[in-house]
Order: sequence, then structure tokens, then C-alpha cells
Amino acid sequence: MEIFGIPHQAFLGQLMLGLVNGAFYAMLSLGLAVIFGLLDIVNFAHGALYMVGAFAAWIMMDSWGINYWFALVLAPLIVGVLGVIIERGLLKRLYGLDPLYGLLLTFGVSLILEGIFRKQYGVSGQSYSVPELLSGATNLGFMILPNYRAWVVVASIAVCLATWFIIERTRLGAYLRAGTENAKLVQAFGVNVPVMVTLTFAAGAALAGLAGVLAAPVIQVTPLMGSNLIIVVFAVVVIGGMGSILGSVVTGLGLGVVEGFTRVFYPEASNIVVFVIMAIVLVLRPAGLFGKET
Amino acid sequence: MSLPTSPAAGQAALHPQPAATEPRAGLPRAVLITYLALLGLALVAPAIGLYPVFMMKLLCFALFACAFNLLLGFTGLLSFGHAAFFGFSAYVTGWLVKAHNWTPELGLLAGLVVAALLGLVFGFVAIRRQGIYFAMITLALSQMVFFLCLQAPFTGGEDGLQGVMRGKLFGVLSLVDDRVMYYVVLAIFVACFVGILRIVTSPFGQVLKMIRENEARAVSLGYNVDRYKLLAFVLSASLAGLAGSLKTLVMKFATLTDVHWTMSGEVILMSLLGGVGTFLGPVLGAGIVISLQNMLADKVGEWVTVIIGVIFVLCVLAFRKGIVGELLAWLDRRRTRA
Repeated sequence: MEIFGIPHQAFLGQLMLGLVNGAFYAMLSLGLAVIFGLLDIVNFAHGALYMVGAFAAWIMMDSWGINYWFALVLAPLIVGVLGVIIERGLLKRLYGLDPLYGLLLTFGVSLILEGIFRKQYGVSGQSYSVPELLSGATNLGFMILPNYRAWVVVASIAVCLATWFIIERTRLGAYLRAGTENAKLVQAFGVNVPVMVTLTFAAGAALAGLAGVLAAPVIQVTPLMGSNLIIVVFAVVVIGGMGSILGSVVTGLGLGVVEGFTRVFYPEASNIVVFVIMAIVLVLRPAGLFGKET
Repeated sequence: MSLPTSPAAGQAALHPQPAATEPRAGLPRAVLITYLALLGLALVAPAIGLYPVFMMKLLCFALFACAFNLLLGFTGLLSFGHAAFFGFSAYVTGWLVKAHNWTPELGLLAGLVVAALLGLVFGFVAIRRQGIYFAMITLALSQMVFFLCLQAPFTGGEDGLQGVMRGKLFGVLSLVDDRVMYYVVLAIFVACFVGILRIVTSPFGQVLKMIRENEARAVSLGYNVDRYKLLAFVLSASLAGLAGSLKTLVMKFATLTDVHWTMSGEVILMSLLGGVGTFLGPVLGAGIVISLQNMLADKVGEWVTVIIGVIFVLCVLAFRKGIVGELLAWLDRRRTRA
């Protein structure tokens, strides 16, 4: 069987790979969107936090013998704590200034984190095997689907939905959104806004960490894994409309798939197709697909 | 969304105040003396034992930082994609000189023109958004250029472009000698520095500064703000490209490092460290960063990235005006007190 003149195995395989990549784009841009939408910070260190999450999981499993499921919970927690340190220790001092300073500061933080891991582990890749439960593959008849990849896609969509639900449909989410509109007023109602802000940043960071843990078995864990991904994620965020939660999830998944398609038909362009789309979208709709015109 | 956030921070920028009222008044004497002293130092640098190749590298990056600062410091646009102009022009010049035997002056010119065209495309897409969006868009576009350089046949991929010959300038002046090359680089740098000084103090430069300080007012006064921003972007990109081309001739190679986005981060650091919106700041910043990298590379190895990151964080947290900016602010305070 062939689809558009391409053997369907190759076609569906790339599509699936695209969907997995898209799941990571979605989760990472979601974390960025949460932090930006609620705190007005562009977290350049997001890629580095993703890398730290992957390393944390790898160290736990490889050196300490902790199993995958514990690592899946512990690593994002560690990254979340790191997020608290970054927000309390550094970013807090920049509130009220031009958001560009936040971008520059977090860029510095990402250099520090990357440098430390590069010193410690070199640039060669590490990886670990997937847990028993998720190893193997399922024959869907039209293609062989590795179980772990299916798990990544399902898990990331679940996380995205949960995040959307918390922010848009719960009381906590309402406080968060109100706090960004008028922090003083919300504080007058007895909500501790600074703690809320810190926890939001930590949650965004934890999302990046979780994406790192999920990614570790699929890709090589290296200190540089975040720095190259973060720019694609920035492009995703720009296309989706900065701060839009729906936008980041839909665009993330969609662009992963588009990238997969491109890899089938014209592999040379697969690395840049996201940026080309970004340029086109910006020319036609400067606020992004789901963004509000400011 | 200009980077110097308060009017006070904006005024920390070097001496444009007298020029604003009397465009033809020239530079204040103290500034002129400083410039001439530095020029004198640069002229005798090889004679007093400073290694010419290091000095040339420093000047190339200083030019790069000045070009970047023209955009950030005087127009208020933070580009996170200037490595694209620097690196792509480095490749273009290297390739034309190496594979097509172009003369160095034509190679440099080609690098400048290519960067200008690339800047036109980037600028056209990016100036539709402001502030952090602008930064992220320029970053993403430059990553596109990075992948083009990684895959295009003329760049040598992962290996880069090696063994570029400097050749003879205008067919007579052999650039093989490092000292001759040094003075050529110095001449180009000084010409560009004076050019930037001239641009910023011109009526055009005043409009750019108005856009930085209050874009809405510039629009309401009837200025076509987008066209001014685009022109500033193209100018900045061209000079950044020239810096890259010059770097290729000096070092005799062009690699992916030149076009990687971390280079965009480095040039931001240079400007920030020296002083955004000052003339000498980027030069000093480039000097410090390049010297640090040269000195530390063999001593601390991988820690260089960490140290650069820490400097970055400290700059943003503690002295946002940069070294020259803080110095000028201090002089200013002392003058008003006296």
C-alpha cells in the first residue's frame, strides 16, 4: 500500500514520530505559555529545565536504581524546586521592568545549567531503556507502533488537558488569571499572590521537567538537548499566539506532524519548515493563530 | 519597549544630548580625547607586543557588537538573531574568496550586501511585532539560517570552511602579513565606528531614538516608524555581516559557531556588559568577553560557559547600564552635584 507514492510504513512511521515530537513541542510551549500568560516572563531557561528533567530521570534510574514511575514523579518535582529557586532568587528582582530583561536573565541561567552539565557529563548522549510495561510494540495492522511512543503522546495530551482544566475551569485558575490582571486587588481578597506566582513558575518548570523525563528514552540525553529544541518551541509559541494555552497545544501537535510529513517528502527542509511556517503566519497574522491582537 | 527602561537609564547613553540641539556641534572635548587616545593605543598595539591576531579578532567582534548596539541601544529593538548576519556573511565571503578566487575587498563587499538583503527579509517579518516577540522571531529566523548553513553544499557542513586565503587588497597590498591585515581591519573598524557615530547623531538617528523612547509619539508626529525601524535593522545587519566577513579573512575560516544562536547571545552580552546605548560600551564589552574566552579556555575549559552565564545574570540583575553606562551615570551625578 502506498500513500502519495510513499510506502505506507514509512509514511505512518514518520507521522507517528512527528506526533511524538509534536507532543514534546506542545508540553514545552504549554509550560512557556503558562509562565508567560500569568507572569509575563519569557523563560529562555525552559529548554535547560527540560534537559535537567531528562538528566534527573537518567541519573535516578541509571545510578540509583529508582524505577521509571517514581522518576516520572520525582524528576519534575526536582525541576519544580529548581524553578522556585530561579524565581525567588533571581526573577523576583526584575518584576516591573521590561520583560526583555527576564528573557536575558533566563538566557544566562540556561548557559549556567548547560555549562554545569556539560562539565559533568560531556556532550555524548546517554539513554535508558523503557520500563517493562511500556516496552515492545503493538501491531496495528497498518503499522507497528512502539508502545512507549503511544504512551508519550497519550500522557502529554492528558497533561495538556489537565493544565487547561486547572487554569480555565478551577477556582485556583481563576485566582491565577485574576492575579495577572490586578495583583493588588486579588491580594486584598486574601490571596497570597507572590506565593501563587512562585508556584506557577514552579509548575511551568515542572512541565518542562516532565517533558524531559518522557523524552529521555526516545532521544539521547545530552546537555545540549534543550538548547536546540527551545528555539523550535519559541517558533511554535509565536505561531500559536503567545500566552494562549489552546494555541500552544494545537500548534505544537500540528507542527510536529507537519515536520513529520516534510521528513517524508523533502527531508532537507524538515529542520526549517517550522520557521518557514512561522514567517508566513507572521506576515498574514502578526498576533499568531490563536493570539489576540494587542 | 526600549531596553533602557526609565528615562534616566536612557539618558545614561553617551553624549547625544548636546548633539540633539546642535547637530553640527561635534563631540564634546573629553569624548574626543578619549577616542583619540584609544585610536592611538590601537595604532601602536602591535608595536607594544599585543598579538595582532587576537587584536584583529577583538576588533571584528567589537564591530559586531557596535552594529548590534546600533539597533538595541539607539532604536530599542532587541534582535536575538544577529548571528545569522555575522555567520552567513562569514560563509559567503569565505566561499567566494576560497572557491571563486574573489579579491578580499570584493569578498567583504559581497558579505555586506548579502547581510543587508538578509536583514531586509528578517526585518520585514520581525518588525511587525515588538519587544520579546521581536526577539523570539529574530531568534527563530536565525535558526533557519543556521540549518541552511548546516545543509548547504558550499559551507562544508560540520567541518566549516577552512583555509581561506586573505589574498591581496586591491591587487597590491598583501594581507598575508598579520600586521598589514591588522591595520586594514583597524581602518575598517574606525570607518564603521565613525559611521555609526554619524548615523546616530544625524536627524535620522534622532528619529530612531524617538522611536526608542516613545514610539506612539513618533507615529503621531507622522513618521513612518516601520520604515525607520527597517532601515535601522538593515544597517545593523549589514555592519554585522561585514564584521563576519572580516572575521573570516582574519581567522581564515568560517564555522557553524559563527552562525549558531549562542553567538547572538554573546553579542547581546558584549553590549550589555559594556553599556547598551553607549558608543564605547560594545567595544569594551567585546574586549572583555573575547579576552575572557581566550584566557579561560585553556585554564577552566568547560566552565567558560558557566562563567559567561554568571556574568550575564549579574549584568541583568545588578548593573543594567553596563560598565560605560554606569561610569557615565557616575560622571553625570558628580557634575550635577558640583
